[in-house]
Amino acid sequence: MSAIQPNIQQPAPVSEEMELVRRAKRGDDSAFEELVRRYDRNVFRIAQHITQNREDAEDVVQDAFLKAYGNLAQFQEQSKFYTWLVRIAVNEALMRLRRRRPERTVSLDEDVKTEDDSLPREVADWSPNPEQMYNQSELREILTRTIQGLPPGFRTVFVLRDVEGLSTEETAQALELSIPAVKSRLLRARLQLRERLSRFFQKRANGGGDKSSGDGDQ
Amino acid sequence: MKCTEFLDELTNYLDGVIDAKTKAELEDHLAWCHNCYVVCDTTRKTIEIYRNQELYELPNDLRGRLQTAIMSKCTAHKKSGPEKV
Repeated sequence: MSAIQPNIQQPAPVSEEMELVRRAKRGDDSAFEELVRRYDRNVFRIAQHITQNREDAEDVVQDAFLKAYGNLAQFQEQSKFYTWLVRIAVNEALMRLRRRRPERTVSLDEDVKTEDDSLPREVADWSPNPEQMYNQSELREILTRTIQGLPPGFRTVFVLRDVEGLSTEETAQALELSIPAVKSRLLRARLQLRERLSRFFQKRANGGGDKSSGDGDQ
Repeated sequence: MKCTEFLDELTNYLDGVIDAKTKAELEDHLAWCHNCYVVCDTTRKTIEIYRNQELYELPNDLRGRLQTAIMSKCTAHKKSGPEKV
């Protein structure tokens, strides 16, 4: 079994990105606009994953870029601009999530049940191609609801590392977490998602994809 | 290697950031432990399916509106001076 190769679009090479940042710092708004065009889709995805709310995600995109614009002079160029931007966006998104759910503490530091919550229980193999067991909208619904069930701290790490393709170090920088904390949350996020998806994707006794069962507690 | 030790290394293994000796031990474990093989395989598929199915795409019309709003707010910010955003 081989390691997973990221197949997603990677942020632009640092030097080119930094050139745009420097032009933007000198007051060239067209350079900043180019940075917006490069990363608005990423910021929107991250924001919607964290807030789980479309309107909040739209506001996060605007506020994160505006904040980046207003604080560009403070960006020290010791990390990628994209990592710095993600950090701003994550903070904005968490703030909105807290506002919407004041009854719950929302923190990246929350330590959710340290015992056994990620230990595999469903170990049945999946059907050869789970993506063909459901139509596109059913599949997206399953994936969306499943990831929404993760605690925000796990969801955010999974989205940055595995969906957006940030490195462990970049994720740690963006979330102001230690590298071991990122790795620990990532493992638990991956295992919990796997566990929950297994209810939908595991091989049936008849070998097919029986859509009428396996919806678990979703 | 025990199954719990395998799980501890699973993320490093899937990410390909693991030394050759540990990798060999993990693969030896995978060769005989069917449960860990399935967990490893389905975890890899979990990651791949989330990567392949891009949830929350930004629709083009909304994207255009957001870009326009962002740049006009930036321009207003520049005109109004450097107070905190």
